[in-house]
Amino acid sequence: MIRITGLHKAFAGSAVLGGIDATVAEGKIVALLGASGSGKSTLLRCLNGLETFDAGTLEIAGFSLKPGAHDARTLHALRAKVGMVFQEFHLFSHLSVLDNVTLAPRIARGTARTKAEAHARELLAQVGLAERAHAMPRELSGGQKQRVAIARALAQGVAVLLLDEPTSALDPELREEVREVLRKVARGAHGASGAGLTILLVTHEHALARELADEIWTLAAGKIEGISRTP
Amino acid sequence: MQESGELGWGADLQGGEPYVYESPTQPGVIIGFEVEIADALARELGVRAKFHQNDWSNLIPSLERGDFDLALNGLEDTPARRARLRLSRPYFVYGETLAVRIGSKLHTLAALSGRRIGTLNQTVAQDLLQAQHAEVVLYEGQQEPYMDLSHGRVEGVLLDHVIADRYGCGQPGLSCVKQDLARGTYVIGMRPSDVELATRVDAALSRLIDSGELRRILEHWRLWDARQEELGGRAPAPVAAPPQAVVAATPAAPLVATKPTLSAAQLGLFVHGALLTILISLCAFGFALPFGVLLAVIRAHGGRTSRFLATAYVELFRGTPVLLQLYVLYYGLSSLIRLGPIEAAILGLGLNYAAYEAEVHRGALAALPRGQAEAASSLGLSRVQVLRHVLLPQSMRIALPALTNDFVALLKDSSLVSVITVVELTKRMTIVAVELRDWVVPGLLCAGMYFAMSFPLSRLSLWLERRYQSA
Repeated sequence: MIRITGLHKAFAGSAVLGGIDATVAEGKIVALLGASGSGKSTLLRCLNGLETFDAGTLEIAGFSLKPGAHDARTLHALRAKVGMVFQEFHLFSHLSVLDNVTLAPRIARGTARTKAEAHARELLAQVGLAERAHAMPRELSGGQKQRVAIARALAQGVAVLLLDEPTSALDPELREEVREVLRKVARGAHGASGAGLTILLVTHEHALARELADEIWTLAAGKIEGISRTP
Repeated sequence: MQESGELGWGADLQGGEPYVYESPTQPGVIIGFEVEIADALARELGVRAKFHQNDWSNLIPSLERGDFDLALNGLEDTPARRARLRLSRPYFVYGETLAVRIGSKLHTLAALSGRRIGTLNQTVAQDLLQAQHAEVVLYEGQQEPYMDLSHGRVEGVLLDHVIADRYGCGQPGLSCVKQDLARGTYVIGMRPSDVELATRVDAALSRLIDSGELRRILEHWRLWDARQEELGGRAPAPVAAPPQAVVAATPAAPLVATKPTLSAAQLGLFVHGALLTILISLCAFGFALPFGVLLAVIRAHGGRTSRFLATAYVELFRGTPVLLQLYVLYYGLSSLIRLGPIEAAILGLGLNYAAYEAEVHRGALAALPRGQAEAASSLGLSRVQVLRHVLLPQSMRIALPALTNDFVALLKDSSLVSVITVVELTKRMTIVAVELRDWVVPGLLCAGMYFAMSFPLSRLSLWLERRYQSA
C-alpha cells in the first residue's frame, strides 16, 4: 500500500511537487502519466528515499517517511520491500547478469549465495533470460538489460515495484519485449499467487497504461490533475 | 690553462665548511681553505682560479671529461686514484677519526668487523671499512652520518678528522676515539695527460709550503695541527704517478689497458640493487594505492572537515618535491620517528604517491555514471557497500592505465631514495660507473634492468584492460 499525504518538494526554491495526496491500495497497479518536468520521476524517487522532501508524509509498504533526511536504518529496511527500475537500467557493468540480480540479496540482506542464485535463476527465467545468466551487461541489448533490471528489482521479494519510464530509453522495436515482461509481472500482481505486489508505473505510453493499470493518475506542474479508473 | 689564463678547479659546495662552501653572510661568495689554496696556486702560476661546482661523487669523471683542470676537494691519496689520475704532492694530512655514541666499546678498526658504520662514498674510510667487513652505510653529506649515529641507525662513523671535529665529535651523546685509526693526505687530482701542469702545480705547492703560505691558510681555518708537520718533511709525491705510465709509450694509453671491467661481484650487486628497487617500489605502491583510494573516497563522500584535510594532504604532497619529503621524513623528523632507511624510503614514496593515486581515483570515481550509485542505494546497499561492491570495482578499471603509469614512474622515482643512504639500482650504477670509469656499460645495464621491471608490468596492465573489456 502507498499513501501520499500533502507531499511538497522544491529544488533550489522552485516547487516540483506542490502538494500531492493519493493512495494506491495493496495489489493495485497505478500508471503515472504527465509531461516531462511534471514531477513524475521525482515522486517515484521520493517513494524510494532517493530524494528527501520538504513537507507531507509518505507511507509505503508499512514504512513511514517524514520530511528531511531519512535515517539509514529505515531506508535499508524500506528498500527490501520497495524495488525500483530506472529508465536507463543502471546495471552494474562489472558484474554478470546473475551477479547483478544476486548482489543486493547477498550483500545487503546476507542471503546465502546458493539460495540467492537459485531465486535469481527463477526470476531470470520469468523475464526470459535464463540462458544469459553469465553474460556481461555490455553483451545485452537495451531490452534485455531492462528485463535484467526488473529481475534485479524483484529479487528481494518486494511488496512495491516502482518503474520509472522502463521503455523510454529503448528503440521502439525493443519495447515490446519489456512490455511483455511487465504484463507478466502485472498478471502476477493481480493473480492469486501474486501476493499483492503494488506497482507504480511512470510512463509516456498511454496504451500500456490503459492495458496494465487499475488507475491512471495524470500529473501536471507537480499536482495530480486527474485520476481515472480503467475498466 | 695557459691559453685561457684560467685555472679551472672543481669541487662540491655541499662538502661544506671548511673545504669549499658558500659564505653564510655573503650569498654567492665561495669560501673555504681549499678556495684559498686554489687562489694561492693560481697566483703562483700567474693565472686566475676559476671555480666549477661539481657533484663530489662525479668529480673525477668530470675532471676526465675536461670540465676543469684540477679536482681539489678533500681528494684522498689512494692507490686506485694514483692508478687513474695524476696526483699532486699532499697539501693536507688527515687522520681517520671514529665517532661513536658515548659508552660504546668500539675503539679500533678491527672491532668494526660486522658493525654498521657510516662514512662518505668513495673515501679511504669506505675502503678501510670494507676491508674490515663492516656493514658500510654510505652518505652524501657529512652531517647526516652523525645524525644517524645519534639516533642509533649506525654504530659508528669513520671520517676524516676535519669532518669529525666539525660535525661529529661535539654532538651531544657522541664522542670520538682520540687516536687516528689511519692517516692519509689530501692531494690535487689532474688528468694523466697533463704532465706539464702536474709538474708546475707540484712546484707551486712546494713554494707555498716553503714560504709558510700554506701554513698560514691552514692556521686561518684552524686546521694546522701536529699532523701537518708531515707536509713539510715529506718528499714530493711521485708525480710521474701511474706506475703503468712508466712502461707505456703515451700517458693516456695505459689507462685504457688497465681499465677495469665489470666483475661478477659487481653484477651481483646490480641484481641486488634491482631487487631493492622493486621491493621498495612494490611496498610503496602497496601503501600508496589503498591510502590514495581512501583519500579519494573522503574527497568524494566525506564531511566538510575531512574533505578539507584530504584536499590539503593531496595539495601538500603533490606540490612539494618528493626529495624534500624524503629528507624531512628521514632526517627532519628523526627525533620523533625512528625509521630505517628502507622503511623511510617506502613510507616517503608511499605518502607522496598516495597523493597522486588519490587524484587518479577521484577522477575515476567521478567518471562513473551517477545512476550506478543510485541503483545500488535503491537496492538497500549501505554507502560503504555501494563503494565497496559497485563504485570502486568499476573505478579501479577506469584507473588501471593511470595506475600502471604511476607505478612505472614510481619505479624510476625510487632512485631518489639514495639520498637517505639506500643503495638501489641507480645508485649502484653510479658507484660502479665511477669505479669502472665507464658510464656506458653500467648505464645500459641499469636501463635494461629498469626496462625488464617495467615492461612486463605494462603488458600485464594491457592484458587486464583487455580482459575487462571482453570476458
